Amino acid sequence: MLIMRHELLLVAIAVILLIVEIFLPNERKRLIIIPSLLLMAGVTIIGFLPGTTGELFGGMYRNTQLTILLKNILNIGVLIIFVQSVDWLKKDENKEKISEFYILMLSTLIGMNYMISSGDFLMFYLGLELATIPIAALAAWERYKEKSAEAGVKLIFTSALSSGILLYGLSMIYGTTGTLYFTDVAPLINGAPLQVLAFIFFFAGMAFKISLVPFHLWTADVYEGAPVNVTSFLSVISKAAAVFIFTIILYTVFAKIAVLWSQVLYVITILTITLGNLFALRQQNLKRFLAFSSIAQAGFILLGIIGQSQIGMTTVIYFALVYIFSNLAAFGVVGIIANRTGKENIDDYDGLYRTNPNLSLVMMLALFSLAGIPPLAGFFGKFFLFAAAAKQGYYILVLIALINTIVSLYYYLLVIKAMLLNNSDRPIAHFKSDGFTRLGLLMCVFGIVVVGFISAIYEMVLNLSFGLF
Amino acid sequence: MIDFSYTVLILLIPLVVFVVVGLFGNRFKPIVSGLVGTTGLFIGWVLSIFTAYNYFFVSGKGAEGAFVKVLAFSMRWLNLTDKLHIDMGVLLDPISVMMLIVITTVSFMVHLYSIGYMAGEKGFSRFFATLSLFSFSMLGLVVATNIFQMYIFWELVGVSSYLLIGFYYTKDSAVAASKKAFIVTRFADLGFLIGILMLSYATGTFDFIKLTAPDSPALTSGQGVWFLGLSTMTWSMIFIFMGGAGKSAMFPLHIWLPDAMEGPTPVSALIHAATMVVAGVYLVARLFPIYHMNAVALDVVMYVGAFSSIFAAVVACTQYDIKRVLAYSTMSQIGMMMFALGVSGYGGEEGLGFMASMFHLFTHAFFKALLFLGAGAIIHAVHSNVMQDMGGLRKHMPITHATFLIACLAIAGIPPLSGFFSKDEILAAGHMKSMFLFIVELTVSGLTAFYMFRLYYNIFWGKNTHYHHTPHEAPLTMTLPLMILALGALFAGLVPFASLVTSDGMPFETHIELGVAIPAVLAGLIGITIATLMYRKETNVPERIFNTLGGFSKAAFNKFYIDEVYLFITKKILFNYVSRPVAWFDRHIVDGAMNGMAYVTNEASDRVKKLQSGQVQQYALVFVSGALLLALLFIYLWTN
Repeated sequence: MLIMRHELLLVAIAVILLIVEIFLPNERKRLIIIPSLLLMAGVTIIGFLPGTTGELFGGMYRNTQLTILLKNILNIGVLIIFVQSVDWLKKDENKEKISEFYILMLSTLIGMNYMISSGDFLMFYLGLELATIPIAALAAWERYKEKSAEAGVKLIFTSALSSGILLYGLSMIYGTTGTLYFTDVAPLINGAPLQVLAFIFFFAGMAFKISLVPFHLWTADVYEGAPVNVTSFLSVISKAAAVFIFTIILYTVFAKIAVLWSQVLYVITILTITLGNLFALRQQNLKRFLAFSSIAQAGFILLGIIGQSQIGMTTVIYFALVYIFSNLAAFGVVGIIANRTGKENIDDYDGLYRTNPNLSLVMMLALFSLAGIPPLAGFFGKFFLFAAAAKQGYYILVLIALINTIVSLYYYLLVIKAMLLNNSDRPIAHFKSDGFTRLGLLMCVFGIVVVGFISAIYEMVLNLSFGLF
Repeated sequence: MIDFSYTVLILLIPLVVFVVVGLFGNRFKPIVSGLVGTTGLFIGWVLSIFTAYNYFFVSGKGAEGAFVKVLAFSMRWLNLTDKLHIDMGVLLDPISVMMLIVITTVSFMVHLYSIGYMAGEKGFSRFFATLSLFSFSMLGLVVATNIFQMYIFWELVGVSSYLLIGFYYTKDSAVAASKKAFIVTRFADLGFLIGILMLSYATGTFDFIKLTAPDSPALTSGQGVWFLGLSTMTWSMIFIFMGGAGKSAMFPLHIWLPDAMEGPTPVSALIHAATMVVAGVYLVARLFPIYHMNAVALDVVMYVGAFSSIFAAVVACTQYDIKRVLAYSTMSQIGMMMFALGVSGYGGEEGLGFMASMFHLFTHAFFKALLFLGAGAIIHAVHSNVMQDMGGLRKHMPITHATFLIACLAIAGIPPLSGFFSKDEILAAGHMKSMFLFIVELTVSGLTAFYMFRLYYNIFWGKNTHYHHTPHEAPLTMTLPLMILALGALFAGLVPFASLVTSDGMPFETHIELGVAIPAVLAGLIGITIATLMYRKETNVPERIFNTLGGFSKAAFNKFYIDEVYLFITKKILFNYVSRPVAWFDRHIVDGAMNGMAYVTNEASDRVKKLQSGQVQQYALVFVSGALLLALLFIYLWTN
């Protein structure tokens, strides 16, 4: 059972929290925060201890060094979100639902872990659903607020649709191959028209999770309506997990039709990066802004996937790691400001540097990293992605991506300009953030800087990606 | 073999200090920042001495009795391809170990001194943070295992020096000086970078050990005639020397150094006397085996060095700002070091010039840092930089006076002080190469003695100026470093350098050659005598001499109008005939295209935005039709 270490530990925490929840009176629910954080931190650390790899349930569940790494990355991300959300959870209106928040998040994380470790489409689908449904509940967290309720409803509707289409695709795969096991399906994929259709449907379902154009329309509404911490979870952890398993399935199951899916990705990449950027350009609400910027970022990730190479897998993981730290830092700042002042528009940030210099600097660092300014981690992430695509000969695609990077730099700079250069009569007043928020932001900043400087991380990912082939 | 990997700590400690003091310095009392910085450097100093002991006396020698290069620590930092990668590490060999000693000693003294000198200044913590950053960068530069690491730290040194020169950022002249220093050295570094790229392109490696080995690819590849009759390798060495000349303030890239004196005086002592400005010398020494094989490049080094030394010595005789005198004196001494490298051969006694250059670098660090710190104590006491405001200070500041005198004697080359030994080796090496250049350097020696004693008499003797406040001796944290450095200035010459630091690691014997030593000492004594006659008592002799020389002395006083030449070239020629047309092109054509693109993007964004209606049913429609369209498209493509 040690093979399933990550999942079992997470289940254990969820169960512990559920039991404690029953016995804690309402007014003392806040006591659960620290133990939850400690437990999550513990699980994250244990995850890094050398683990066993292998298969369970006749190959439905597979654990390799690569999946362990991916799960560890997700664990770190969730831990940061937990730390960042403490300030928000302590608010009066949330205090009765604290453990609910943790349990729902943990459930999705468990789902993601199973999804990543799946060796079979059934297991994959179960994981996917487990990773989606609790999120809808979280999006509708502030149910008395119209926007939040709307976010939850929209998410559940659209994800039901996408699951339907995905399942349709899977059923066609089963129909043409007679099996759902990845290893058995792979040799039977031959590019028959029905399989192409099946692949496109499967792709559409995944594209929904990663929010690629044109399957992205839910993103902005849900991101805006959901509480900031849920949004950051959606945009970072959900997306990363989906990208991971998507890449794995493309590289293993659909390896034989790599030419086909590379073409599909080619089209989708251009659409996603360009449209994502064009949308982001005109957003005023920071959560919407980050939503669209994250759509564009997802488009960049596809660059690495195209062309099926080991370098590709490595760059994807590395970029996802960088992206987690950068985006969580940005959301962390937006979150604490929204929490303390209720303001989330770019205009509101005018003159923020004068009143809250530290937060502004963190935000600046995060946005620079997202924009890919050296020497921050984001630069290397993008650089490796572009290099991977260029190595496969996709020069035009890289050129389009480069032009889009410039556009993205423009809108990231708009926010930085607002914070640093603009003056405001009524800037956001100075406030002192609590220790947890600071710790969370510090972890992100550390990640942004260190991942960029220590190439050993890239090497490690590169070595582990061998396991895929 | 001893494991030297602990030497990485010498680098890391100042870095940690920089981060801690830089981030949290405002939270502590200022003095805590100072103490943290000083303690860090003290540990580094002890470790460096320990390293030097281990390297030179325990395990540095290889099987043949020569000192070998030891790769104490190395990690792969950036993997570009399998063959091409950039490493970060610590390389120990005689010159880097010697530099560790020089840097940590002077830096530690300067830290200690600054606690007193900077007391009460605004930005005390910032000062110490930047000082630690500088120490870290400089140490990283000297222990670099490859030329790319060296370049990175080279630039870091440039940045921290920029921050330190511009420390008084509310003062316009300091800001201008810091910008000037940064831009001039940056310009030189462009040459350095081009040189690095050419060198690594020709040899396929950045690694110093490979580059300087007897079977170095630099000796075989890139040898064909490439441009203007010189080989690629020679050009790359000349370009690299351009970087070195910029940092070391060699003519004509020296214009930033005198202005850099706007920084706090301890900074001048650390950066502009003992460490950063000798980086260029160190760079040439580091690549010396390659320079040696490219005679033209080495001749460039020699002539630039010789010319800079005499040029600066003449200018130094006419300046009144005491820090500027010291700045020109530094330039002159570094010119001598460059000269010594330029005349040197390679291997054993042939490499006398190399050894002399390093020796002079070592001794110069002590007495020049001492001079600067002494000048700082004086400025601290009289609140002026100009020697007309001084005089008769020997009674008020006895310790400063004594240490300053020792440094003056040392730099003038009076035996048995340290400067005598190193300068004597330089002259001996020059003597072997060319009689003319030997006489030039002898003249520089005499001039050095003259202007140093001109400075000395003007400050400590001469007229009895009436001060507003009676000047008093500096506090112990300032005088203690002076005394320690004075010990160095006295005795550093007794180090048997030829048996430790040589061009190929092979120890050899040196002896004082009377044919060289006697003229050298005589030149020094003559300089001192003239200065004594002219400046010991206040007379009008100096003015008369100044006037008799007329145009020449005026030109020298105005630093031979080099600054004006630069201004003419940049303002009149570059700005009018290059920048204006480029600016026009930029504003009308490049900006026009950019604005056009931005306009199109914005318009497109406006149109696209309407797609996002907020209606779930529409989302579903787009979703399904998107999937179907894709499916149709690709089934069509795939089956055809």
